[in-house]
Amino acid sequence: MSSLNIDHVSRWFGNVVAVNDVTMTIGPGVTGLLGPNGAGKSTLINMMGGFLAPSTGTVTLDGRPIWRNEKIYQEIGIVPEREAMYDFLTGREFVVANAELHGLGAKAAGRALATVEMEYAQDRKISTYSKGMRQRVKMGSALVHDPSVLLLDEPFNGMDPRQRMHLMDLLRRMGGDGRTVLFSSHILEEVEQLASHIEVIVAGRHAASGDFRRIRRLMTDRPHRYLVRSSDDRALAAALIADPSTAGIEVDLAEGALLVQAVDFGRFTRLLPRVAKEHDIRLLTVSPSDESLESVFSYLVAA
Amino acid sequence: MYDPTVARLTYRALLGRRRALILFSLPVLLIVIAAAVRGFSGADDQVAADVLGGFALATMVPLIGVIAGTGAIGPEIDDGSVVYLLSKPVKRPTIIVTKLIVAIAVTMAFSAIPTFIAGMILNGNGQQVAIAYTVAALVASIAYAALFLLLGTVSRHAVVFGLVYALVWETLFGSLVEGARTLSVQQWSLAVAERVARGDLVTSDVGLPVAVALLTGVTVLATWYAGQKLRSLTLAGEE
Repeated sequence: MSSLNIDHVSRWFGNVVAVNDVTMTIGPGVTGLLGPNGAGKSTLINMMGGFLAPSTGTVTLDGRPIWRNEKIYQEIGIVPEREAMYDFLTGREFVVANAELHGLGAKAAGRALATVEMEYAQDRKISTYSKGMRQRVKMGSALVHDPSVLLLDEPFNGMDPRQRMHLMDLLRRMGGDGRTVLFSSHILEEVEQLASHIEVIVAGRHAASGDFRRIRRLMTDRPHRYLVRSSDDRALAAALIADPSTAGIEVDLAEGALLVQAVDFGRFTRLLPRVAKEHDIRLLTVSPSDESLESVFSYLVAA
Repeated sequence: MYDPTVARLTYRALLGRRRALILFSLPVLLIVIAAAVRGFSGADDQVAADVLGGFALATMVPLIGVIAGTGAIGPEIDDGSVVYLLSKPVKRPTIIVTKLIVAIAVTMAFSAIPTFIAGMILNGNGQQVAIAYTVAALVASIAYAALFLLLGTVSRHAVVFGLVYALVWETLFGSLVEGARTLSVQQWSLAVAERVARGDLVTSDVGLPVAVALLTGVTVLATWYAGQKLRSLTLAGEE
Protein backbone atom coordinates (compact mmCIF):
# COMPACT_ATOMS: atom_id res chain seq x y z
CA MET A 1 0.00 0.00 0.00
CA SER A 2 1.65 3.19 -1.16
CA SER A 3 0.55 6.76 -1.43
CA LEU A 4 1.83 9.61 -3.53
CA ASN A 5 1.92 12.97 -1.82
CA ILE A 6 1.89 16.16 -3.79
CA ASP A 7 2.46 19.03 -1.41
CA HIS A 8 2.02 22.64 -2.57
CA VAL A 9 3.58 21.85 -5.90
CA SER A 10 3.99 24.46 -8.61
CA ARG A 11 5.85 24.16 -11.86
CA TRP A 12 6.52 26.90 -14.33
CA PHE A 13 8.27 26.93 -17.68
CA GLY A 14 9.77 30.38 -18.25
CA ASN A 15 6.90 32.64 -17.28
CA VAL A 16 4.18 30.13 -18.07
CA VAL A 17 2.70 28.45 -15.00
CA ALA A 18 1.81 24.85 -15.87
CA VAL A 19 0.91 23.64 -12.37
CA ASN A 20 -0.16 26.10 -9.73
CA ASP A 21 0.06 25.25 -6.02
CA VAL A 22 -1.45 21.77 -6.20
CA THR A 23 -1.80 19.64 -3.08
CA MET A 24 -3.24 16.13 -3.28
CA THR A 25 -2.70 12.61 -2.03
CA ILE A 26 -3.12 9.63 -4.33
CA GLY A 27 -3.83 6.47 -2.37
CA PRO A 28 -4.52 2.82 -3.25
CA GLY A 29 -7.22 2.14 -5.81
CA VAL A 30 -7.81 3.74 -9.18
CA THR A 31 -7.64 7.52 -9.34
CA GLY A 32 -8.50 9.50 -12.45
CA LEU A 33 -6.71 12.75 -13.17
CA LEU A 34 -9.29 14.67 -15.18
CA GLY A 35 -8.83 17.94 -17.02
CA PRO A 36 -9.00 19.51 -20.47
CA ASN A 37 -6.00 19.38 -22.80
CA GLY A 38 -3.22 21.67 -21.67
CA ALA A 39 -4.44 21.76 -18.07
CA GLY A 40 -1.15 20.52 -16.65
CA LYS A 41 -1.98 16.81 -16.28
CA SER A 42 1.15 15.62 -18.06
CA THR A 43 3.32 18.07 -16.15
CA LEU A 44 1.89 16.72 -12.90
CA ILE A 45 2.35 13.08 -13.96
CA ASN A 46 5.92 13.82 -15.10
CA MET A 47 6.66 15.20 -11.63
CA MET A 48 5.09 12.13 -9.97
CA GLY A 49 7.21 9.94 -12.27
CA GLY A 50 10.45 11.75 -11.46
CA PHE A 51 11.00 13.24 -14.92
CA LEU A 52 10.48 16.82 -13.92
CA ALA A 53 11.48 18.75 -10.82
CA PRO A 54 8.78 20.80 -9.11
CA SER A 55 9.62 24.52 -9.15
CA THR A 56 8.33 24.68 -5.58
CA GLY A 57 6.78 22.10 -3.27
CA THR A 58 7.53 18.40 -2.92
CA VAL A 59 6.41 15.18 -4.57
CA THR A 60 7.00 12.12 -2.40
CA LEU A 61 6.13 8.43 -2.32
CA ASP A 62 5.52 7.28 1.25
CA GLY A 63 7.74 10.11 2.45
CA ARG A 64 10.62 9.50 0.04
CA PRO A 65 11.42 12.10 -2.64
CA ILE A 66 10.86 11.03 -6.24
CA TRP A 67 13.04 13.55 -8.09
CA ARG A 68 16.62 12.33 -8.64
CA ASN A 69 15.94 9.12 -6.74
CA GLU A 70 16.23 6.17 -9.09
CA LYS A 71 15.61 3.62 -6.31
CA ILE A 72 11.99 4.77 -6.24
CA TYR A 73 11.39 2.97 -9.55
CA GLN A 74 11.44 -0.36 -7.72
CA GLU A 75 7.94 0.62 -6.68
CA ILE A 76 6.71 2.74 -9.57
CA GLY A 77 5.65 1.57 -12.99
CA ILE A 78 5.26 4.18 -15.72
CA VAL A 79 3.24 4.07 -18.93
CA PRO A 80 4.28 7.17 -20.90
CA GLU A 81 1.99 8.92 -23.35
CA ARG A 82 4.61 9.17 -26.07
CA GLU A 83 4.62 6.46 -28.67
CA ALA A 84 8.35 6.06 -29.04
CA MET A 85 9.75 2.80 -27.76
CA TYR A 86 12.47 0.55 -29.10
CA ASP A 87 10.68 -0.23 -32.35
CA PHE A 88 13.46 -2.45 -33.66
CA LEU A 89 12.85 -4.97 -30.87
CA THR A 90 10.11 -7.55 -30.70
CA GLY A 91 7.50 -7.13 -27.96
CA ARG A 92 9.11 -9.93 -25.98
CA GLU A 93 12.65 -8.53 -26.34
CA PHE A 94 11.37 -5.14 -25.17
CA VAL A 95 9.65 -6.47 -22.07
CA VAL A 96 12.60 -8.76 -21.27
CA ALA A 97 14.95 -5.76 -21.51
CA ASN A 98 12.71 -3.86 -19.10
CA ALA A 99 12.72 -6.83 -16.73
CA GLU A 100 16.51 -7.08 -16.87
CA LEU A 101 16.87 -3.41 -16.02
CA HIS A 102 14.94 -4.24 -12.85
CA GLY A 103 17.29 -7.12 -12.16
CA LEU A 104 14.62 -9.64 -13.19
CA GLY A 105 14.57 -12.18 -15.97
CA ALA A 106 12.56 -13.73 -18.76
CA LYS A 107 10.13 -15.30 -16.29
CA ALA A 108 8.92 -11.93 -14.97
CA ALA A 109 8.69 -10.69 -18.56
CA GLY A 110 6.60 -13.69 -19.56
CA ARG A 111 4.23 -13.11 -16.68
CA ALA A 112 3.79 -9.44 -17.63
CA LEU A 113 3.16 -10.31 -21.28
CA ALA A 114 0.51 -12.80 -20.15
CA THR A 115 -1.14 -10.19 -17.93
CA VAL A 116 -1.55 -7.80 -20.86
CA GLU A 117 -2.47 -10.68 -23.20
CA MET A 118 0.24 -9.95 -25.72
CA GLU A 119 1.78 -13.41 -25.90
CA TYR A 120 0.24 -14.03 -29.31
CA ALA A 121 2.24 -11.18 -30.89
CA GLN A 122 5.30 -11.17 -28.65
CA ASP A 123 7.70 -12.27 -31.37
CA ARG A 124 6.69 -9.60 -33.85
CA LYS A 125 8.65 -6.36 -34.15
CA ILE A 126 7.12 -3.47 -32.21
CA SER A 127 7.22 -1.39 -35.41
CA THR A 128 4.45 -3.62 -36.78
CA TYR A 129 2.14 -3.12 -33.76
CA SER A 130 -1.11 -1.18 -33.73
CA LYS A 131 -1.58 1.62 -31.25
CA GLY A 132 -3.53 -0.60 -28.86
CA MET A 133 -0.87 -3.31 -29.01
CA ARG A 134 1.85 -0.77 -28.28
CA GLN A 135 -0.14 0.46 -25.33
CA ARG A 136 -0.41 -3.07 -23.98
CA VAL A 137 3.29 -3.77 -24.38
CA LYS A 138 4.04 -0.47 -22.63
CA MET A 139 1.71 -1.66 -19.86
CA GLY A 140 3.55 -4.98 -19.74
CA SER A 141 6.91 -3.21 -19.41
CA ALA A 142 5.53 -1.13 -16.53
CA LEU A 143 4.13 -4.18 -14.71
CA VAL A 144 7.17 -6.38 -15.05
CA HIS A 145 8.45 -5.68 -11.51
CA ASP A 146 5.02 -5.87 -9.89
CA PRO A 147 5.00 -2.19 -8.81
CA SER A 148 2.78 -0.85 -6.07
CA VAL A 149 2.25 2.41 -7.96
CA LEU A 150 1.24 2.65 -11.60
CA LEU A 151 1.22 5.98 -13.47
CA LEU A 152 -0.45 6.20 -16.88
CA ASP A 153 -0.55 9.32 -19.03
CA GLU A 154 -3.63 9.37 -21.33
CA PRO A 155 -3.61 5.57 -21.67
CA PHE A 156 -6.85 5.38 -23.67
CA ASN A 157 -5.86 7.81 -26.40
CA GLY A 158 -6.32 6.24 -29.79
CA MET A 159 -7.60 2.91 -28.48
CA ASP A 160 -10.61 1.20 -30.00
CA PRO A 161 -13.56 0.36 -27.71
CA ARG A 162 -12.54 -3.27 -27.24
CA GLN A 163 -8.97 -2.39 -26.30
CA ARG A 164 -10.29 0.33 -24.02
CA MET A 165 -12.50 -2.12 -22.19
CA HIS A 166 -9.67 -4.58 -21.86
CA LEU A 167 -7.34 -1.98 -20.37
CA MET A 168 -10.08 -0.74 -18.03
CA ASP A 169 -10.59 -4.27 -16.72
CA LEU A 170 -6.88 -4.61 -16.17
CA LEU A 171 -6.58 -1.31 -14.31
CA ARG A 172 -9.63 -2.10 -12.20
CA ARG A 173 -7.99 -5.39 -11.23
CA MET A 174 -4.77 -3.57 -10.34
CA GLY A 175 -6.69 -1.12 -8.18
CA GLY A 176 -8.63 -3.96 -6.58
CA ASP A 177 -5.32 -5.61 -5.62
CA GLY A 178 -4.53 -2.54 -3.53
CA ARG A 179 -2.17 -0.91 -5.98
CA THR A 180 -2.10 2.84 -6.37
CA VAL A 181 -3.17 3.43 -9.96
CA LEU A 182 -3.30 6.94 -11.41
CA PHE A 183 -4.31 7.70 -14.97
CA SER A 184 -4.95 10.98 -16.76
CA SER A 185 -7.72 11.69 -19.21
CA HIS A 186 -9.64 14.61 -20.67
CA ILE A 187 -12.80 12.55 -21.10
CA LEU A 188 -15.23 12.58 -18.19
CA GLU A 189 -17.00 9.35 -19.19
CA GLU A 190 -13.71 7.48 -19.30
CA VAL A 191 -12.80 8.61 -15.82
CA GLU A 192 -16.29 7.99 -14.50
CA GLN A 193 -16.30 4.40 -15.75
CA LEU A 194 -13.00 3.48 -14.19
CA ALA A 195 -11.93 5.70 -11.33
CA SER A 196 -13.23 5.36 -7.81
CA HIS A 197 -11.68 8.70 -7.04
CA ILE A 198 -11.29 11.73 -9.28
CA GLU A 199 -8.94 14.70 -9.15
CA VAL A 200 -9.81 17.55 -11.49
CA ILE A 201 -7.10 19.85 -12.84
CA VAL A 202 -7.99 22.96 -14.79
CA ALA A 203 -5.50 25.58 -15.99
CA GLY A 204 -2.85 24.21 -13.66
CA ARG A 205 -5.06 24.42 -10.59
CA HIS A 206 -6.57 21.66 -8.49
CA ALA A 207 -10.24 22.32 -9.19
CA ALA A 208 -12.05 19.48 -7.46
CA SER A 209 -11.53 16.19 -5.73
CA GLY A 210 -13.80 13.35 -4.74
CA ASP A 211 -15.74 10.38 -6.03
CA PHE A 212 -17.45 10.65 -9.39
CA ARG A 213 -20.89 11.33 -7.90
CA ARG A 214 -19.58 14.44 -6.22
CA ILE A 215 -17.82 15.59 -9.38
CA ARG A 216 -20.93 14.87 -11.45
CA ARG A 217 -23.06 16.89 -9.06
CA LEU A 218 -20.62 19.79 -9.13
CA MET A 219 -20.81 19.71 -12.89
CA THR A 220 -24.60 19.59 -13.15
CA ASP A 221 -25.22 22.13 -10.39
CA ARG A 222 -23.26 24.87 -12.08
CA PRO A 223 -25.11 27.75 -13.82
CA HIS A 224 -26.31 26.60 -17.22
CA ARG A 225 -26.81 28.80 -20.22
CA TYR A 226 -29.59 28.07 -22.67
CA LEU A 227 -30.55 29.47 -25.99
CA VAL A 228 -34.34 29.58 -26.25
CA ARG A 229 -36.54 30.54 -29.21
CA SER A 230 -40.31 30.78 -28.77
CA SER A 231 -43.47 32.24 -30.27
CA ASP A 232 -43.25 35.19 -27.82
CA ASP A 233 -39.73 35.73 -26.47
CA ARG A 234 -40.48 38.83 -24.37
CA ALA A 235 -43.49 37.35 -22.60
CA LEU A 236 -41.51 34.19 -21.86
CA ALA A 237 -38.59 36.28 -20.56
CA ALA A 238 -40.87 38.19 -18.19
CA ALA A 239 -42.36 34.98 -16.83
CA LEU A 240 -39.02 33.21 -16.38
CA ILE A 241 -37.23 36.02 -14.57
CA ALA A 242 -39.88 35.92 -11.84
CA ASP A 243 -38.57 32.52 -10.73
CA PRO A 244 -35.44 32.24 -8.54
CA SER A 245 -33.99 29.47 -10.71
CA THR A 246 -33.26 32.07 -13.40
CA ALA A 247 -30.35 34.40 -12.83
CA GLY A 248 -30.48 36.48 -15.98
CA ILE A 249 -32.03 36.78 -19.42
CA GLU A 250 -30.76 38.57 -22.46
CA VAL A 251 -32.83 39.25 -25.54
CA ASP A 252 -30.57 38.64 -28.48
CA LEU A 253 -32.16 40.60 -31.31
CA ALA A 254 -29.69 39.53 -33.96
CA GLU A 255 -30.24 35.86 -33.19
CA GLY A 256 -33.93 36.32 -32.53
CA ALA A 257 -33.57 34.32 -29.34
CA LEU A 258 -33.32 34.49 -25.55
CA LEU A 259 -30.10 33.71 -23.72
CA VAL A 260 -31.14 32.37 -20.34
CA GLN A 261 -28.81 31.81 -17.43
CA ALA A 262 -30.20 29.23 -15.00
CA VAL A 263 -28.71 28.69 -11.55
CA ASP A 264 -30.77 25.73 -10.42
CA PHE A 265 -30.49 23.21 -13.21
CA GLY A 266 -33.18 20.78 -11.99
CA ARG A 267 -35.72 23.42 -11.13
CA PHE A 268 -35.21 25.35 -14.37
CA THR A 269 -35.76 22.31 -16.56
CA ARG A 270 -39.14 21.78 -14.90
CA LEU A 271 -40.00 25.48 -14.88
CA LEU A 272 -39.48 26.23 -18.55
CA PRO A 273 -42.15 23.95 -20.07
CA ARG A 274 -44.65 24.79 -17.32
CA VAL A 275 -44.29 28.57 -17.80
CA ALA A 276 -44.57 28.19 -21.55
CA LYS A 277 -47.75 26.18 -21.18
CA GLU A 278 -49.33 28.59 -18.67
CA HIS A 279 -48.74 31.57 -20.97
CA ASP A 280 -49.62 29.69 -24.10
CA ILE A 281 -46.18 30.24 -25.62
CA ARG A 282 -44.74 27.74 -28.06
CA LEU A 283 -41.12 26.73 -27.48
CA LEU A 284 -39.27 26.48 -30.80
CA THR A 285 -35.67 25.91 -29.69
CA VAL A 286 -34.17 24.98 -26.34
CA SER A 287 -30.47 24.24 -26.51
CA PRO A 288 -27.71 24.41 -23.96
CA SER A 289 -25.16 26.92 -25.21
CA ASP A 290 -22.11 26.09 -23.10
CA GLU A 291 -21.95 22.34 -22.68
CA SER A 292 -18.35 22.07 -23.77
CA LEU A 293 -16.05 20.35 -21.31
CA GLU A 294 -13.91 23.48 -21.10
CA SER A 295 -16.81 25.56 -19.80
CA VAL A 296 -17.71 22.86 -17.30
CA PHE A 297 -14.11 22.83 -16.11
CA SER A 298 -13.78 26.59 -15.95
CA TYR A 299 -16.83 26.69 -13.73
CA LEU A 300 -15.21 24.17 -11.41
CA VAL A 301 -12.11 26.34 -11.09
CA ALA A 302 -14.18 29.30 -9.96
CA ALA A 303 -16.19 27.15 -7.53
CA MET B 1 29.34 0.60 -13.88
CA TYR B 2 28.35 -1.54 -16.86
CA ASP B 3 24.87 -2.80 -17.65
CA PRO B 4 24.67 -5.48 -20.37
CA THR B 5 21.02 -4.68 -21.15
CA VAL B 6 21.73 -0.99 -21.72
CA ALA B 7 24.71 -2.03 -23.87
CA ARG B 8 22.59 -4.39 -25.99
CA LEU B 9 19.91 -1.77 -26.59
CA THR B 10 22.55 0.81 -27.51
CA TYR B 11 24.37 -1.48 -29.95
CA ARG B 12 21.17 -2.43 -31.69
CA ALA B 13 20.03 1.17 -31.96
CA LEU B 14 23.41 2.26 -33.31
CA LEU B 15 23.93 -0.50 -35.84
CA GLY B 16 20.35 -0.95 -36.92
CA ARG B 17 19.42 2.35 -38.49
CA ARG B 18 20.53 4.78 -41.17
CA ARG B 19 23.47 5.64 -38.96
CA ALA B 20 24.98 2.26 -39.76
CA LEU B 21 25.09 3.21 -43.43
CA ILE B 22 27.31 6.21 -42.73
CA LEU B 23 29.35 4.16 -40.29
CA PHE B 24 30.11 1.69 -43.06
CA SER B 25 30.49 4.09 -45.97
CA LEU B 26 33.24 6.31 -44.49
CA PRO B 27 35.69 3.43 -43.88
CA VAL B 28 34.93 2.04 -47.33
CA LEU B 29 35.72 5.45 -48.81
CA LEU B 30 39.04 5.56 -46.94
CA ILE B 31 40.08 2.17 -48.22
CA VAL B 32 39.05 3.04 -51.78
CA ILE B 33 41.12 6.26 -51.58
CA ALA B 34 44.08 4.30 -50.18
CA ALA B 35 43.88 1.75 -52.98
CA ALA B 36 43.61 4.50 -55.62
CA VAL B 37 46.57 6.45 -54.21
CA ARG B 38 48.68 3.32 -54.05
CA GLY B 39 47.69 2.47 -57.61
CA PHE B 40 48.59 5.89 -58.98
CA SER B 41 51.72 6.82 -57.06
CA GLY B 42 52.98 3.55 -55.61
CA ALA B 43 54.13 3.07 -52.01
CA ASP B 44 55.39 6.33 -50.49
CA ASP B 45 55.79 6.89 -46.74
CA GLN B 46 55.09 10.62 -46.91
CA VAL B 47 51.96 10.15 -49.05
CA ALA B 48 50.75 7.41 -46.72
CA ALA B 49 51.18 9.72 -43.72
CA ASP B 50 49.41 12.54 -45.57
CA VAL B 51 46.37 10.43 -46.47
CA LEU B 52 46.07 8.86 -43.01
CA GLY B 53 46.65 12.18 -41.23
CA GLY B 54 44.59 14.33 -43.59
CA PHE B 55 41.60 12.12 -44.20
CA ALA B 56 41.54 9.23 -41.72
CA LEU B 57 42.48 11.02 -38.51
CA ALA B 58 41.36 14.58 -39.31
CA THR B 59 38.01 13.81 -40.92
CA MET B 60 36.89 10.21 -40.64
CA VAL B 61 37.61 9.53 -36.97
CA PRO B 62 35.77 12.64 -35.68
CA LEU B 63 32.83 11.95 -38.01
CA ILE B 64 32.53 8.36 -36.83
CA GLY B 65 32.85 9.70 -33.29
CA VAL B 66 29.97 12.13 -33.87
CA ILE B 67 27.75 9.41 -35.28
CA ALA B 68 28.51 6.83 -32.59
CA GLY B 69 28.77 9.24 -29.65
CA THR B 70 25.63 11.28 -30.25
CA GLY B 71 23.81 8.25 -31.66
CA ALA B 72 24.37 6.26 -28.47
CA ILE B 73 21.94 8.48 -26.56
CA GLY B 74 20.65 11.43 -28.62
CA PRO B 75 17.83 9.71 -30.56
CA GLU B 76 16.50 8.08 -27.37
CA ILE B 77 16.28 11.45 -25.64
CA ASP B 78 14.76 13.06 -28.74
CA ASP B 79 11.95 10.56 -29.18
CA GLY B 80 11.41 10.04 -25.46
CA SER B 81 12.13 6.31 -25.39
CA VAL B 82 14.89 7.00 -22.85
CA VAL B 83 11.99 6.92 -20.34
CA TYR B 84 12.24 3.15 -20.36
CA LEU B 85 15.87 3.32 -19.23
CA LEU B 86 15.31 6.11 -16.73
CA SER B 87 12.25 4.59 -15.06
CA LYS B 88 14.46 1.82 -13.69
CA PRO B 89 16.49 1.53 -10.50
CA VAL B 90 19.71 1.77 -12.51
CA LYS B 91 22.29 4.38 -11.55
CA ARG B 92 22.50 7.17 -14.12
CA PRO B 93 26.31 7.12 -14.30
CA THR B 94 26.06 3.39 -15.07
CA ILE B 95 23.84 4.16 -18.05
CA ILE B 96 26.28 6.80 -19.28
CA VAL B 97 29.42 4.68 -18.75
CA THR B 98 27.79 1.74 -20.52
CA LYS B 99 26.79 3.89 -23.46
CA LEU B 100 30.29 5.38 -23.51
CA ILE B 101 31.87 1.93 -23.69
CA VAL B 102 29.59 1.03 -26.60
CA ALA B 103 30.30 4.33 -28.37
CA ILE B 104 34.06 3.87 -27.90
CA ALA B 105 33.93 0.30 -29.18
CA VAL B 106 31.92 1.30 -32.25
CA THR B 107 34.13 4.32 -32.98
CA MET B 108 37.28 2.23 -32.61
CA ALA B 109 35.93 -0.56 -34.80
CA PHE B 110 34.85 1.76 -37.59
CA SER B 111 37.87 4.08 -37.47
CA ALA B 112 40.96 2.22 -36.24
CA ILE B 113 40.48 -0.99 -38.23
CA PRO B 114 39.96 0.77 -41.60
CA THR B 115 42.85 3.14 -40.77
CA PHE B 116 45.12 0.15 -40.28
CA ILE B 117 43.92 -1.54 -43.47
CA ALA B 118 44.36 1.69 -45.44
CA GLY B 119 47.85 2.11 -43.98
CA MET B 120 48.80 -1.41 -45.02
CA ILE B 121 47.50 -0.75 -48.54
CA LEU B 122 49.30 2.61 -48.81
CA ASN B 123 52.84 1.59 -47.84
CA GLY B 124 52.67 -1.74 -46.04
CA ASN B 125 53.23 -0.14 -42.64
CA GLY B 126 56.56 1.37 -43.73
CA GLN B 127 58.11 3.52 -40.97
CA GLN B 128 55.32 2.18 -38.71
CA VAL B 129 52.96 4.76 -40.24
CA ALA B 130 49.94 2.44 -40.31
CA ILE B 131 50.42 1.37 -36.69
CA ALA B 132 51.02 4.96 -35.57
CA TYR B 133 47.79 6.26 -37.09
CA THR B 134 45.87 3.23 -35.87
CA VAL B 135 47.03 4.00 -32.34
CA ALA B 136 46.05 7.65 -32.85
CA ALA B 137 42.61 6.58 -34.07
CA LEU B 138 42.16 4.29 -31.04
CA VAL B 139 43.15 7.04 -28.62
CA ALA B 140 41.05 9.69 -30.37
CA SER B 141 38.04 7.33 -30.39
CA ILE B 142 37.91 7.41 -26.60
CA ALA B 143 37.91 11.19 -26.30
CA TYR B 144 35.56 11.77 -29.25
CA ALA B 145 33.05 9.22 -28.00
CA ALA B 146 33.01 10.84 -24.54
CA LEU B 147 32.71 14.37 -25.92
CA PHE B 148 29.94 13.59 -28.37
CA LEU B 149 28.06 11.41 -25.89
CA LEU B 150 27.94 14.43 -23.60
CA LEU B 151 26.80 16.56 -26.51
CA GLY B 152 24.05 14.05 -27.27
CA THR B 153 22.93 14.22 -23.64
CA VAL B 154 22.75 18.00 -23.36
CA SER B 155 21.61 19.13 -26.79
CA ARG B 156 18.88 18.25 -29.24
CA HIS B 157 21.12 19.50 -32.04
CA ALA B 158 24.06 17.34 -31.04
CA VAL B 159 24.81 16.10 -34.54
CA VAL B 160 25.03 19.63 -35.94
CA PHE B 161 27.27 20.85 -33.12
CA GLY B 162 29.32 17.69 -33.42
CA LEU B 163 29.84 18.20 -37.15
CA VAL B 164 30.76 21.84 -36.64
CA TYR B 165 33.33 20.83 -34.05
CA ALA B 166 34.69 17.96 -36.12
CA LEU B 167 34.88 19.79 -39.42
CA VAL B 168 35.29 23.45 -38.59
CA TRP B 169 37.31 23.35 -35.39
CA GLU B 170 39.45 20.27 -35.91
CA THR B 171 39.98 20.53 -39.65
CA LEU B 172 39.76 24.17 -40.67
CA PHE B 173 40.47 26.19 -37.53
CA GLY B 174 43.08 23.77 -36.35
CA SER B 175 45.12 24.21 -39.50
CA LEU B 176 44.85 28.00 -39.50
CA VAL B 177 45.06 29.14 -35.89
CA GLU B 178 48.02 28.03 -33.78
CA GLY B 179 46.20 28.13 -30.42
CA ALA B 180 43.27 26.07 -31.62
CA ARG B 181 45.59 23.21 -32.41
CA THR B 182 46.56 22.63 -28.82
CA LEU B 183 42.87 22.25 -27.94
CA SER B 184 42.19 19.52 -30.45
CA VAL B 185 41.63 15.83 -29.87
CA GLN B 186 43.36 15.21 -33.17
CA GLN B 187 46.60 16.85 -31.99
CA TRP B 188 46.50 15.01 -28.68
CA SER B 189 46.17 11.67 -30.42
CA LEU B 190 48.96 12.66 -32.84
CA ALA B 191 51.21 13.24 -29.85
CA VAL B 192 50.70 9.59 -28.93
CA ALA B 193 51.20 8.46 -32.54
CA GLU B 194 54.42 10.46 -32.77
CA ARG B 195 56.01 8.05 -30.31
CA VAL B 196 55.06 5.04 -32.40
CA ALA B 197 56.12 6.16 -35.87
CA ARG B 198 59.74 6.15 -37.01
CA GLY B 199 61.36 9.28 -38.40
CA ASP B 200 59.40 12.53 -38.35
CA LEU B 201 56.46 11.54 -40.52
CA VAL B 202 54.03 12.04 -37.66
CA THR B 203 54.26 15.24 -35.64
CA SER B 204 52.06 16.96 -33.11
CA ASP B 205 51.91 20.49 -31.70
CA VAL B 206 51.35 19.11 -28.23
CA GLY B 207 53.82 17.34 -25.97
CA LEU B 208 52.98 13.79 -24.89
CA PRO B 209 52.42 14.42 -21.15
CA VAL B 210 50.10 17.35 -21.85
CA ALA B 211 48.27 15.34 -24.52
CA VAL B 212 47.70 12.36 -22.24
CA ALA B 213 46.56 14.61 -19.40
CA LEU B 214 44.12 16.47 -21.66
CA LEU B 215 42.78 13.26 -23.24
CA THR B 216 42.15 11.72 -19.85
CA GLY B 217 40.77 14.93 -18.38
CA VAL B 218 38.32 15.57 -21.22
CA THR B 219 37.10 11.97 -21.24
CA VAL B 220 36.55 11.77 -17.48
CA LEU B 221 34.99 15.21 -17.18
CA ALA B 222 32.65 14.77 -20.13
CA THR B 223 31.50 11.38 -18.82
CA TRP B 224 30.97 12.65 -15.29
CA TYR B 225 29.01 15.67 -16.49
CA ALA B 226 26.85 13.57 -18.84
CA GLY B 227 25.96 11.35 -15.86
CA GLN B 228 24.95 14.41 -13.85
CA LYS B 229 22.83 15.76 -16.72
CA LEU B 230 21.09 12.43 -17.10
CA ARG B 231 20.23 12.38 -13.38
CA SER B 232 18.18 15.51 -13.80
CA LEU B 233 16.99 14.98 -17.34
CA THR B 234 13.66 16.69 -17.77
CA LEU B 235 11.06 15.21 -20.04
CA ALA B 236 8.66 18.03 -20.73
CA GLY B 237 5.07 17.02 -21.40
CA GLU B 238 3.49 17.10 -24.81
CA GLU B 239 1.12 19.90 -23.86
